[in-house]
Amino acid sequence: MITVSGLRKAYGDVVALDGVDLHVGKGEVFGVLGRSGAGKSTLLRCVNLLERPDEGTVTVDGRELTALGAADLRRARQRIGMIHQHFALLSSRTVAGNVAFPLEVMGVGRAARARRVAEMLDLVGLADRAGAYPAQLSGGQKQRVGIARALAAEPSVLLSDEATSALDPATTQSILALLRRLNRELGLTILLITHEMDVIKAVCDSAAIMSDGRIVEAGPIPDLLATPGSRLAAELFPLPPAEPGTVTVALGADRALLSRLTRTHDVDVAIAAGAVEHVAGAPAGRLRLRITGPGAADAVADLRKRGLLVEEDA
Amino acid sequence: MTWSEMSPLLWEATGQTAVMVGWSTLFTVLFGLPLGVCLAGADRDGLFPAPAVRRVLGLVVNIGRSLPFIVLMIAVIPVTRAITGTTIGTAAAVVPLTIGAVPFYARLVETALREVGRDVVQAAEAMGAGRVRIVTRVLLPEALPGLVAGLTVTVVTLISYSAMAGVIGGGGLGDLAVRYGYQRFETTLMIVTVAVLVVVVQLAQTLGDAVARRLSHR
Repeated sequence: MITVSGLRKAYGDVVALDGVDLHVGKGEVFGVLGRSGAGKSTLLRCVNLLERPDEGTVTVDGRELTALGAADLRRARQRIGMIHQHFALLSSRTVAGNVAFPLEVMGVGRAARARRVAEMLDLVGLADRAGAYPAQLSGGQKQRVGIARALAAEPSVLLSDEATSALDPATTQSILALLRRLNRELGLTILLITHEMDVIKAVCDSAAIMSDGRIVEAGPIPDLLATPGSRLAAELFPLPPAEPGTVTVALGADRALLSRLTRTHDVDVAIAAGAVEHVAGAPAGRLRLRITGPGAADAVADLRKRGLLVEEDA
Repeated sequence: MTWSEMSPLLWEATGQTAVMVGWSTLFTVLFGLPLGVCLAGADRDGLFPAPAVRRVLGLVVNIGRSLPFIVLMIAVIPVTRAITGTTIGTAAAVVPLTIGAVPFYARLVETALREVGRDVVQAAEAMGAGRVRIVTRVLLPEALPGLVAGLTVTVVTLISYSAMAGVIGGGGLGDLAVRYGYQRFETTLMIVTVAVLVVVVQLAQTLGDAVARRLSHR
């Protein structure tokens, strides 16, 4: 749905993007994690060409945006929703007026606009605040308006620029739950950037970590968990330093991993450490196990064969 | 001087001031608003960056603002004649008043537009809005309270400028104060005129503040 390749962007001597390649599949929630200054914001703003990259191409929903003229680009942008850290709502317009804005840009008629606005406000649970001004809303409500506005034009893609960074933890969770629901119900593809690990855990199917203008690591989260030496997995699921005689395994789709291990290999399995959480609605994480018994070597070999073995400390 | 003698003079002068300030306010908005939009938009990080254009406009505006109004009024006499066909009277005073106030208001417009958050403008760009739409549907509505506040300051300035219009026969309250209060030692009329001016300025400011507050939803 979104393909970015060979993206480079510099501001004077400061290189913000240093050859970034990224692919976000249809219906996927993709999170880019990085510290401030890592280039993630520039990356996101290059996807709808708010920033024009010095080099590289951006393709969204089959259209190469970097090849479009100004008028075509404006039309293509109407199909790319965006939500912002500080909401970027028009203070002079009511909630309904804000949601109507992208529809006005598209030239949707008054009646159809009103219908769509009501529909969107319903979707984000703000139907009763249609006549309020943004200044009268809480941060969470403002972001809901932002989401309703971003989705009013039925975009295929939603870009989220630190959308929850200005919100308190409880509100953050409710906004993330909303994004996840919209992803499921509408099949919406979401590319989000954040500096918060929890955001990635809460909603993302896939993630990338960015540092100094480069993507250090990227992939579906279950795959990353099974990748030895993965920085992202280590940051998402931190474990205490390894002890001798333990193995670290990725916990993903196979929820009965431990009982299967003991049944087939005649071993005892003790959990030495673990970090397991719900990631995008399914349990995932890493376990550090102490496997003992006659079949211990076989069991470890089995784990390795299935690609679940992350680390082994003999 | 009795009240019945002063009253017609005051009414006439107030009417002349109202005409001068009214028309010049209208023309000031007509020219100053687009000029202010150009100043803000042509800036380096504006909506349509054009540093060279901005430098030229900025220079013109600064020249306009650096002239004392009384000097400007005399300097633009040829322009006044070209536009109104005459160089004296209330109508003729509207031309220098407008020329004096346009750069002033344009700077205030520029400042008000700058106050509009960059993120709001970018959000509109991200939604596929073009520049004209961003100016008319985002920048101007968002800056409206500031534009009204700026206009209020401009109107008060115009009232003050219009006091000098007596020099070219424009009449008005300021002229009345000079002719009767200063030249004929009619202290009573002087005081009454000052009072009227104070009230008029106060009214303009109060009205402007109320409108700006009413328009602001921040």
